[in-house]
Amino acid sequence: MRPEASRESNRALELMGPGIQIAGLSKTFRSPEGPVHAVRGIDIDIPRGQTVALLGPNGAGKSTTIDMLLGLTPPDAGSVTLFDREPRAAVDAGLIGAMLQTGSLIQYLSVRELLTMMAGMFPAPADVGEVMAKTGLERIAQRRTQKLSGGETQRVRFAIALISNPDLLVLDEPTVAMDVESRHEFWAAMREFAARGKTVLFATHYLEEADQNADRVILMARGGVVADGPPTEIKGRVGFRTLRATLPDVPVEELLALPGVGAADRRGEAIVLSCSDSDQTIRALLERHPAARDIEITGGALEDAFLALTADTAETSK
Amino acid sequence: MRGMLYTRYELLRAIRNRRFFFFSIGFPLILYFAIAAPNRHVNNFSNSGISFPLYYMVGLTSLGTMIAMISTGTRIAAERQAGWTRQLRITPLTTRDYFRAKILTAYMMACLTILVVSLAGASLGVSLPAGRWLEMAGLILVSLAPFAALGVMLGHLLNVDAIGPATGGGASLFAFLGGTWFPLSHGFLLDLGRLLPSYWLVQAAHVGLTGHGWPLRAWVTIGVWTLLLALGAAWAFRRDTKRVA
Repeated sequence: MRPEASRESNRALELMGPGIQIAGLSKTFRSPEGPVHAVRGIDIDIPRGQTVALLGPNGAGKSTTIDMLLGLTPPDAGSVTLFDREPRAAVDAGLIGAMLQTGSLIQYLSVRELLTMMAGMFPAPADVGEVMAKTGLERIAQRRTQKLSGGETQRVRFAIALISNPDLLVLDEPTVAMDVESRHEFWAAMREFAARGKTVLFATHYLEEADQNADRVILMARGGVVADGPPTEIKGRVGFRTLRATLPDVPVEELLALPGVGAADRRGEAIVLSCSDSDQTIRALLERHPAARDIEITGGALEDAFLALTADTAETSK
Repeated sequence: MRGMLYTRYELLRAIRNRRFFFFSIGFPLILYFAIAAPNRHVNNFSNSGISFPLYYMVGLTSLGTMIAMISTGTRIAAERQAGWTRQLRITPLTTRDYFRAKILTAYMMACLTILVVSLAGASLGVSLPAGRWLEMAGLILVSLAPFAALGVMLGHLLNVDAIGPATGGGASLFAFLGGTWFPLSHGFLLDLGRLLPSYWLVQAAHVGLTGHGWPLRAWVTIGVWTLLLALGAAWAFRRDTKRVA
């Protein structure tokens, strides 16, 4: 988790002018099976300094949203404003650094040469040596890009995203090709970037990553925003906490009648309750069934919230 | 200014890419020796008044330089597949900087090809006055302009699987109809050839030999092809960059 102090400074920076504004953004692609509504009129407002996770399954519209945000894909409707500018102007000013979902590097250049070439394109680039130090590339600075491992390639791509000395970092599923150690280093570098008051937007389908690295989670499904809030709030919205206890001889119907219980299950002597309000449930449980023991309440993972919320929209959209 | 740094690294990449280098420059060279060396004493090839080694020096210079230009397409297609073109689009690099780098790289390869094949010709007894050689080289470079545009166009139009056959086939066809392999003297093939930029590319090389200037028709033909293919390249680029990868 990020230290509390830097979160405080982020909050102070939120007051300094606009960050990302997405309004009514839509994109439909033609396909042989008919039109695909990749993004259906989404509105997102991200203040400067926030770290936001765009979370969703494949086909949720995350990448299309990011492509429109970067000016790579023209939207059918709606608008994107980055720090009060059009995407193209923000890119030209070097305000945006991005790591796209797919991409390998061009060959026959060393890591240092490639980064020097990229730095040369921007008006006020970061120092190449500094960026290499931050992304752990110093050791392989002289190595040709075609000789890098998958994880090393991702690190170079991250370095390219940082080379313009951007105010906003956009990362589309950045850790896909990384091993555990690279992943750890990557998020540490990302948090260090965010701690300087910079804005970060990353797409992921690793729920744990969103939970651990973002101030705010925007959950997307089927081209729309399904939920938007701090990771704890997203979890709280569906509120799946699991209560386990040893309690023989109480029928399931009686357990279901307890307040705040969504589902109940008996496994031999043990009971498992899925609670929308576990505080209420535990009070009532102890009052009505004082024999309950070995009580254990576990917080729901983002994964549960994710499944519940996207299942909801699946039903309402039918 | 910023774009020049990109051009410099593009040139460096082309030089370091050994396979690309070998096939661009080694191929016409080997072909030249294979064809011309056994016939190095034929002084009046096919009644053209030109010696065999000289005729094929000119022919393989035009073929080799043409391939060097069109093979830009192969490099662009590979970069597109790698997602690199998208990466460049989120930098301030302009379309003009991008095209300039690609085209200058192609021209560098073409210049090296002219040099290497000319040296090979000299080793088989071909000798040209310096002024004529320079005139020939200059006109060849002018007549390569449409092929530069063709390379960019194919690179943004075709994927990595299709680009090989397309550039190889396209270059062979242009070379064949342009009179690289045998002199076009009369009839339909000559009429057709005179409409193609590859014919004037071969003629550009002949101008250096005979000292007769390039006719107006050559300038017009090359100009029209350059314009049309440049428009085609711009169209292919726009179409390509609108699509989601």
